[in-house]
Amino acid sequence: MTPVGLILGTPLLAALVLAWITDYRLSSALNLLASLITFGASLFLFGVRIPDSLWLFVDDFNIYLVVLTAFVGLTTSLFSVGYIAREKAEGHLTARHLRFYHAMYQGFLFTMLLALLANNLGVMWVAIEGATLTTVLMVSLYRTRESIEAAWKYFILCSVGIALALFGIILIYLAAQPAMGPGPEAMAWTEVLRAAGRFEPALMSLAFVFLLVGYGTKAGLAPLHAWLPDAHAEGPTPISAVLSGLLLNVALYALLRFKMILTANGAALDPGPLLIGMGLTSLLLAGFMLYRRNDIKRLFAYSSIEHMGIITFAFGMGGAVANFAGLLHMTMHSLAKSAIFFAVGIISQIAGTKKIADIRGLTVSHPLLGWSFLVAVAAIAGLPPLGIFMSEFLVVSSTFARQPWLAVPLLIGLLVAFGALILKLTGLAFGPPSIGASQRYHPLALAPLFGHVALVAVAGIWLPEPLLRWFQIVARLLG
Amino acid sequence: MNFHYSAAHLIGALVLLLGFQLLYQRRIAAVIRSFAVQAAALALAAAWQAYIQDSPHLYITAAIALVFKAMIVPFALNWLVVRLGIHKTVETALGIGPTMMIGVALVALSIVLVLPVTQNASALTRENLALAMSVVLLGLLMMITRRNAVSQVVGFMALENGLILAAVGVKGMPLVVEMSIAFSVLVAMILFGIFFYRIRERFDSLDLHYLESFRGER
Amino acid sequence: MSAVWQILQALLCVALAPLLTGIVRWVKARLVGRRGASPIQPYRDLIRLLRKELVLAQDASWLFRAAPYLVFSLTWLAAAMVPAFTTNLLLIPAADLITLVALLGAARFFLALAGLDVGTSFGGIGTSREMMIASLAEPAMLMIVFTLSLLAGTTAPARIVDHVLAGGIGLEVSMGMALIALILVAIAENGRIPIDNPATHLELTMVHEAMVLEYSGRHLALIEAASMVRLLLYVSLLACIFAPWGISQSGKGEIGILIGLASYGAKIALGAVALGVFETAIAKMRVFRYADFLGGALLLAVLATIVLYVSEAV
Repeated sequence: MTPVGLILGTPLLAALVLAWITDYRLSSALNLLASLITFGASLFLFGVRIPDSLWLFVDDFNIYLVVLTAFVGLTTSLFSVGYIAREKAEGHLTARHLRFYHAMYQGFLFTMLLALLANNLGVMWVAIEGATLTTVLMVSLYRTRESIEAAWKYFILCSVGIALALFGIILIYLAAQPAMGPGPEAMAWTEVLRAAGRFEPALMSLAFVFLLVGYGTKAGLAPLHAWLPDAHAEGPTPISAVLSGLLLNVALYALLRFKMILTANGAALDPGPLLIGMGLTSLLLAGFMLYRRNDIKRLFAYSSIEHMGIITFAFGMGGAVANFAGLLHMTMHSLAKSAIFFAVGIISQIAGTKKIADIRGLTVSHPLLGWSFLVAVAAIAGLPPLGIFMSEFLVVSSTFARQPWLAVPLLIGLLVAFGALILKLTGLAFGPPSIGASQRYHPLALAPLFGHVALVAVAGIWLPEPLLRWFQIVARLLG
Repeated sequence: MNFHYSAAHLIGALVLLLGFQLLYQRRIAAVIRSFAVQAAALALAAAWQAYIQDSPHLYITAAIALVFKAMIVPFALNWLVVRLGIHKTVETALGIGPTMMIGVALVALSIVLVLPVTQNASALTRENLALAMSVVLLGLLMMITRRNAVSQVVGFMALENGLILAAVGVKGMPLVVEMSIAFSVLVAMILFGIFFYRIRERFDSLDLHYLESFRGER
Repeated sequence: MSAVWQILQALLCVALAPLLTGIVRWVKARLVGRRGASPIQPYRDLIRLLRKELVLAQDASWLFRAAPYLVFSLTWLAAAMVPAFTTNLLLIPAADLITLVALLGAARFFLALAGLDVGTSFGGIGTSREMMIASLAEPAMLMIVFTLSLLAGTTAPARIVDHVLAGGIGLEVSMGMALIALILVAIAENGRIPIDNPATHLELTMVHEAMVLEYSGRHLALIEAASMVRLLLYVSLLACIFAPWGISQSGKGEIGILIGLASYGAKIALGAVALGVFETAIAKMRVFRYADFLGGALLLAVLATIVLYVSEAV
């Protein structure tokens, strides 16, 4: 069995098996095991490079996203063991809900990995649609009025989004057809990229607009972000972690694949300005919105919009440095944001509330949790010397070097968001504690948090040589 | 002008016309009926394309459109409307007249957008694509200008009809069947969601306007 | 020969129009289970009206008295221009869809003035409603003419007939849309259900009948005859543009004329039955929905033009 088969087969099989297991302890252990196997298999991709087929392929770009996805999937499943045990004990969730939850979790991982590994643009689309379905079911897990509202909104907006993306794909196929003829080759990404120079440029420009709106909705780019805060806030926290850490990345990944086709064509519309525009809008909008958030999960959901904005901006700028920064930021944001959601999950469980005003002095009442949360938020806010600072610094400096006037709104956005996060953070972390020190949490739950924070911290100071080289290769690939 | 082309043109225009019919209706039952007819027309379009392109797999798409979208979905929607006691009239955010005018403008827009960029494609494809894009935009318009969840769902499905119309019209497009299945799953989920979550019971109305009031800060 | 055929056609219009109305009424009556008056009843009605004494309102001006003659002659002229059984007519060079619209518009204008002239409230209501319908129907009609002229390259009905008969149009979506739009416009212009009910005298709903309420005797006969001729005109127009088969073209000789006459008779009969069935099947609309109905016609006509551009450009 090839590693790719294992990577895709494990979650799929696990989803089917988990749907039948009623004991939630067993199923959360199995969930963890399946995620572990998937992650292990994904590591093999570094060593064994499988030959590309028309349906699945591995290249320098998706390999690291596959590993990242499998890794965050693993740590989140580890975190969810403690999280759901507590939700079960407090009676928020029943065994039936949990059976469903675990099956959907693995189903979600499967769709994410399939979307990343798919060579066929249609398969990628189907996988992203599948991801919408599974996450909608998880967001509505609590069956409260708010969660159903959030799930409905998410469902409708993202359904329309992916429907428009499909129209874009049809247009791309149509553009490819005169050059490549009918058949599955004209939808295989590797083949399409090779022939892109001979496509009808105007048709591709039109297609990209649809794709940008479609996948942009899924990536939570302003002004199409309306679903994102609700979906993050109302679902179980592990789901918020994977939504922010994985789903947004995958949607952006899909968009970047199409950007590469357009860039390879040369004569089509330059996707850069569009991406820059949407990125800046998201950054500024979310930056200012951060100040008025009272709900801790919503706060970080808006922060995700902000960071997707930065990443989109970076890829829109293009060039070796900015693309490198974008890739690094994507990775760092995934790690840091899921770490924050792990912490937020624990905090909201022990505090019994999600209101920022009611949570104070975490470093005093729960030093370990409080300080690691503090580090994670500092990382996401972009404090040196953590990983995100590095990528943000690269984005800003490359912007200054190439389009200085664009750096002004970028800096404003970054500073506004930074100020908001630090402002909220001081309230949460310091001052007289509001949560009794007697409130305990599952000791295992902190392990993934530490892991992520450590990775982000290390990345700020030192990136391993192979990773660095890799990012450079992909950055060149992205044009 | 050959007969293949003319008939495809005719069916495509019929789907588009039914898209307008959807916007024109004021009662939910009539909206659902119009949708069923549109889906049937889509099935016809898919079957016709299967015939003239000589690609038998499109017959599956046609069958899905006919059985699932023209029969099961309208039936389920009617059942939902009765079962959940949903309002029988369509609540609009914008009057019928202005909506129709915007609709015509959207059709013109899609023609202006599509025709210049598809000069290398065959006449059949180009025209089908322009019609399909109009249907997509009309579906989007319906989702925006209608307040009831049921008519929004119908709007979504109309949008999807446009997509399938576009997909079947492009010669040799792979995965069309898979995509129509994926969409059918999505639609089934939506219907299931309406019923299962009893959106009416929880929100007192299927009107998404009420949902808005719960948004934001808590 | 064209002068002979022209005279024949003009006489035929007047002769057939009451029969058409009669058949429609008879079909409707049979469909709802009544025995119904004989199809030739309208002739008897007209003759009776012609014999009756003329009563004029005290305030009626010369306009009121002139209007029936003007309305009838304008409508008759318009009807005589539509190629019914042959395109070899004297008036063909002048016949043009826009001319037809203008003639009918002028007829309507005089009728509306006459409705207002006496100063009764019914006349006013009827006129205002009639004008509303006209203001909605005319743009739709012009868009239809536009579509047809783009398709056939001409606005002359006779040339359109030639074009269609030569197979120049084929299976065309725009043609279908224009057909439906023209049917909607025809229904509105003739005051048929669902826009107006020609059989009612209920003040809340009547349009045409309210406008002509003050007329009596031979004036009323002329106005009634004019509206019958107008109905025939629209049926002939629909038949000659969308189903021109059988119409004799110039140079076909007497046999062609005979075929033309026979097919014309069949088309008129078919139209009458179809109209009767249609009117029985649906209910009258509220006045406020007229805009939707005719808006639909306008929309169809506009779409027909737009869709035409798709295929033109291809």
